[in-house]
Amino acid sequence: MTRKHRRLVVVLACMAGLGSAAALTLNAFSNTMVFFMTPADLAEKNPPPGQTVRLGGMVEAGSLKRTIEDGEPGATFRVTDGKSAVTVAYTGILPDLFREGQGVVALGSLLPDHSFHAQEVLAKHDETYMPKDVADALKKRGYWKEGQKPPATKAAGS
Amino acid sequence: MIPELGNFALALACCLALAQAVVGIWGAQRRDIRLMAATPGLAVGQFLALATAAGALVWAAVHDDFSVANIAENSAIAKPLMYKISGCWGNHEGSILLWGLILSICGAAVSLAGRNLPSGLRARVLGVLGGTSCGFLLFALTTSNPFLRIWPPPADGQGMNPLLQDPGLAFHPPILYTGYVGFAVPFAFAVAALIEGRIDAAWGRWVRPWALTSWAFLTCGIALGSWWAYYELGWGGYWFWDPVENASLMPWLTGTALVHSAIVVEKRESLKIWTVLLAIGTFSLSLSGTFLVRSGILNSVHSFANDPARGIFILALLALVIGGSLLLFALRAPRLSSGGIFAPISREGALVLNNILLCSICAVVVVGTMYPPFADLLLGQKISVGAPFFNATVLPLAIPLFAAMAVGPLLPWKRAKLMPIVEHAWWAALAAVIVTGACTIGMKILPALAFGFATWIILGSFAEVVERVLLFRTPVASSFRRARGLPIAVLGAAIAHAGMGVTLAGLAGAALDSQKIVSAKVGQTFSSGGYEWTLMKLEDADGPNYTSRMATIYVKKDGVPVVLMHPSRRNFTAQHQTTSDVAISTNLLRDLYAVLGEEHDGQAVLRLHVNVLAPWIWLGAFTMAIGGAISLSDRRLRVGAPSRARPDAVTA
Repeated sequence: MTRKHRRLVVVLACMAGLGSAAALTLNAFSNTMVFFMTPADLAEKNPPPGQTVRLGGMVEAGSLKRTIEDGEPGATFRVTDGKSAVTVAYTGILPDLFREGQGVVALGSLLPDHSFHAQEVLAKHDETYMPKDVADALKKRGYWKEGQKPPATKAAGS
Repeated sequence: MIPELGNFALALACCLALAQAVVGIWGAQRRDIRLMAATPGLAVGQFLALATAAGALVWAAVHDDFSVANIAENSAIAKPLMYKISGCWGNHEGSILLWGLILSICGAAVSLAGRNLPSGLRARVLGVLGGTSCGFLLFALTTSNPFLRIWPPPADGQGMNPLLQDPGLAFHPPILYTGYVGFAVPFAFAVAALIEGRIDAAWGRWVRPWALTSWAFLTCGIALGSWWAYYELGWGGYWFWDPVENASLMPWLTGTALVHSAIVVEKRESLKIWTVLLAIGTFSLSLSGTFLVRSGILNSVHSFANDPARGIFILALLALVIGGSLLLFALRAPRLSSGGIFAPISREGALVLNNILLCSICAVVVVGTMYPPFADLLLGQKISVGAPFFNATVLPLAIPLFAAMAVGPLLPWKRAKLMPIVEHAWWAALAAVIVTGACTIGMKILPALAFGFATWIILGSFAEVVERVLLFRTPVASSFRRARGLPIAVLGAAIAHAGMGVTLAGLAGAALDSQKIVSAKVGQTFSSGGYEWTLMKLEDADGPNYTSRMATIYVKKDGVPVVLMHPSRRNFTAQHQTTSDVAISTNLLRDLYAVLGEEHDGQAVLRLHVNVLAPWIWLGAFTMAIGGAISLSDRRLRVGAPSRARPDAVTA
């Protein structure tokens, strides 16, 4: 085998490797990319039931109910961004940092009845008790400014 | 006074690093023997200065000197002594100092261990290390100085994040950082070789021990981090594909490729240009990993806005180091001559395949990690990719890698035939097929396949050893004699490869896990995963700086007592933060894993897991690192160095 042949084989192998990596990436992006939405985004864009989204907002004060389903503890609570709100059902242990009136991010999907079923609830945040994505989204919509009390009270008109 | 001494030592180290860079590179360029001979002294001096600085920070932490801003923000009087010390590197400023300290240790090690390197190469390597070090020490001094004072000092510090108060995390950062920073040495060798315009087999032999050492440390560091997540975060998971974890995985992947391609340079003087590029790429990924992802600069636009100086400095520094070395590569790489010819099916060919697959996996991890923050920054799109993305992209690329892993070491150099391989490894393949077949009963296809590949890798790794000692074909005594004459590197490679198989089996074991969340009254019994779990009691158990509720769970299997477990929930009073202290009981084949959740109306939420083969994940990783260490002790890596007077000097 000459040097030229060898080089050709190596180049072809590289192209096969990186090509399949690129194809896999593009394919996975279209299937598994998860968008961040607030309750108002959910109402506007209305993603099809079953599509995974990250829902972010504030836990409405007084909306948390603990439930027990088939012996498994869970919870329902409402997430609001000040404009609209959505009911979230979750089975499992809520994270240690979960509080009413504070920011939360829930990973899950809409059910046909427009309630949200969360597979995972995250309450990871900085000292201001606001997850970054939630803070950005609320600021962009003008419902919250840095240093203000967050809009944890009931959403207007919902 | 002591913190000022630390500050002075830090500034001194920065100056010494600058001197090391200028004297090393300029001296080697002028072929000035006196200048070149001065660089090792400067490197050792820089190390001593940084050790003093680190000592001063530890002193301030141990003596609760809250007039130092860094200590006031991260320490507290009530914190146990061990965490006062380990807390020094648990925060941004301290971790940068640790970074610099390890880099200076690498420089000092090259100075002391590299006495028989050609003096020009050694001066250039130390010069590049000094230049890198100087940049980051300047960063520490100007934007992240751990010795800044505040006035008036607070009566007590704010305390450390309770999650970090853990023995695993005391050792995790130094080990992980040694892995990250260690790749600076192969990087410096690569840049020095580009400046000189010459690479030969000796270069490969000098670089490989450094790459292997860093790789072993990085492997241990990643394993420790994932183990910490497993037992501390209490979710039962060990790898979340979050950016911090990916930041350590990316240099590990290219570093693994580097360790392998350096063999080809050493043995066959081939793949030289590619190896240089890998060395540059691995260190670049280490750098961007530690500074872009870990520091949260990319993840949150906030930290940019809060502290633009820090963000811009680090971006400029990264651009200089990475861009500069790549520019040098583009200018000089064509001058490096290419080496020996090999057929596609050969040891070299297998190592090329290994490199292509590892780099492809690295590429998809880079895209998955970097795309979301860039999409946010540039397009304003808030998206995230999680485990489904990485599973869908990494797994298909890993499968051919696993398949080829056991075959590669069996192939001879230059050109090979597949038939003899079949003769040598058929028994491993047969065992793998049997295991896969047995596992498909009652298991999904993917975990069954993973168990099959794990068997294939573990057995196949030792196929070469078995072949070389002619096991079962000659009398045992003769096999034993042959085994003693076996090159240690062969044994090290077999052990490291088998470690990968053990980790894979541990990962596949997750398919057999069971988990149950229950709301329990004292005295209630639940059955999960073939065990009966009884909640015996709930009580208060307070610690030095936290209050705590502790549950006692009695675990039985078929009526036979197994173990008493004590999961607890700790409330750290200073930070108003609650953490779960997981109870784990292992017999190395499965972990019993219990988490105590919140209590309501006399009922406590419990999460009960049975994690099958989970300990193998970390055992496998440590086995890999041990395999690397064994390879390092091979005499072949030491003999043949230019001077025979100190044969053990090149490794260390």
